[in-house]
Amino acid sequence: MTVRFRLAAQAVAVVIAIIAIALIPSVIELFAMMQLTLFAAMAVLALSLAFIWGYGGILSFGQTAFFGLGGYAYAISAINFQDSTPSILLAIIIPSLFAAILGYFIFFGRISDVYLGVITLTVTLILFNCVNSTSGDEYRIGKALLGGFNGMPAVPTFNVPFYPDQILSPEQSWWVTGGTLLGTFLFLRLLLSLPAGRVIVAVRENEVRASLLGYDPRKVKLLTFILSGAIAGLAGALYVNWGAFVGPTIFSLSLSAEIIIWITVGGLGTLLGPIVGCVLIEYIVAYIGSQQALNSNLVLGAVLVVFVLLLPKGLVPTARDLLMRLVPAPKPKAQLADEQLPPPVAASHMAGAE
Amino acid sequence: MTVADLVPLLKAEHLTMRFGGVVANDDITFTLEEMELRCLIGPNGAGKSTFFKTLTGQLVPTSGAIAFRGQPIAGKLSHEIARMGIGIKTQVPNVFNGLSVRENIWLAVRRKATPRAQGPAVDAVLQMIRLTDHADRIVATLSHGQRQWVEIGMVLAAEPELILLDEPAAGMTDEETLHTAAIIREINQTRAIIVVEHDMEFIKQIAKKVTVFHQGRVLVEDTVDKVLADQRVRDVYLGKKVAA
Repeated sequence: MTVRFRLAAQAVAVVIAIIAIALIPSVIELFAMMQLTLFAAMAVLALSLAFIWGYGGILSFGQTAFFGLGGYAYAISAINFQDSTPSILLAIIIPSLFAAILGYFIFFGRISDVYLGVITLTVTLILFNCVNSTSGDEYRIGKALLGGFNGMPAVPTFNVPFYPDQILSPEQSWWVTGGTLLGTFLFLRLLLSLPAGRVIVAVRENEVRASLLGYDPRKVKLLTFILSGAIAGLAGALYVNWGAFVGPTIFSLSLSAEIIIWITVGGLGTLLGPIVGCVLIEYIVAYIGSQQALNSNLVLGAVLVVFVLLLPKGLVPTARDLLMRLVPAPKPKAQLADEQLPPPVAASHMAGAE
Repeated sequence: MTVADLVPLLKAEHLTMRFGGVVANDDITFTLEEMELRCLIGPNGAGKSTFFKTLTGQLVPTSGAIAFRGQPIAGKLSHEIARMGIGIKTQVPNVFNGLSVRENIWLAVRRKATPRAQGPAVDAVLQMIRLTDHADRIVATLSHGQRQWVEIGMVLAAEPELILLDEPAAGMTDEETLHTAAIIREINQTRAIIVVEHDMEFIKQIAKKVTVFHQGRVLVEDTVDKVLADQRVRDVYLGKKVAA
């Protein structure tokens, strides 16, 4: 496979994705499309962890912290401004700032990876408890009543930028959410093929060597953390737009765990895998939710165990390996700007082996 | 003669590194001139690698000073020291295992070369370390000796002013060792190098001046012939007690 062929194949894939996103409202029912909108919002969240965990080598349990902050930032400013244009921006900026401050202390304080997991997890719990205890009229920001455990209902959904009275229809909302998912995917793909992205991967591969070559791993990891927080925040806005509601369960631990399961199932170290894993798992959970025989958490746990034991690399890398074996590949002539990233040494990474 | 000529490239004074009760480096004073090639030898645990780690910011010395061209570097962070122009090949190969050989070298080249010069610079290094044919292989799949080469290549590619090589010939065949010696002599035409090695044959091929470490101290410092003839050095390597 030459580089040109691969680029052409990728361009075709992108065009197909665009057409699919455009046509979905006219081929499937409204209910299914709404469900896809939710899955696409969640898939953006999955991408945020896929990026920082799969490429930055940082297992952040706190993606829901940024997701929730983004959701609340969007809801509060949308209620106040009655316009989604600045609210979406705030849903990106506020989680980024929060990630910058938190990340500064984590990375510049040289806190080890294990504690990073603990800290991000704890921050999520703290945010959950803080937001959870904001019932009462005194907890309001401008016109927005925080509502504590009950959350904030009737959040204005997306409107045409700068035209607050032109609220998007469910179809348009799907296009925006699906388009954002595709845009985020392409943005991360591009970033990871640029020098900056290669340095992020290099720091994941060997922090000591990166710093001995003159790269500052603290700075690289902080920027990765901030970008991932920004993407999670954007996902939060998309999520609130879908349901016109935000509540403290957006910070919940089960969601944090679910993102990790999406990525494990779909494939760590890829961008496509987490999207596939997210949609698949969310579909299964939604399906199980519609009947009584099985508990969805039980099934999720079983799925995770099965994947870790039988398909540790996840769906997408396994499928890719199979495809490589079926198609007798001509002598690979990978280039520097090659977008197909090598599979990360995730297993050795997690065991701290070097 | 300018002031710059009087300032040695590297000067460590009264350098001490303690790990709890263990004194890995004990009051080491060490000077390296511009363009010098120095070999550090000494038995295991003599403090050679610790010394390298303090020079590259991987460890902060307990006390003492290090100056690189007159600039203090003790306590600076690794990446700051690397940017000042010190490159190191560590004892255990520190490479980007999941990336290709080419990308490993490119990451080192990138900091200095302009985008247009990067490609040719990478190719030149690949040729020097004789891995052109393996350029697209993932480093983790290479042999130990080849991974040593990748790391040496990265150090060369970054074009540092001072190169530290910690056991560069370990795990290499005789033929590869010869090639390493040739490369070291070649880069010494333009840069200063400190080499830590156990292989005496290798030392004889490259060495001019040799410093012997023993129990965290400098035991002897002299030309290679005198050092190898020194009875104390022989005793140290045979594990006898020596009054330093």
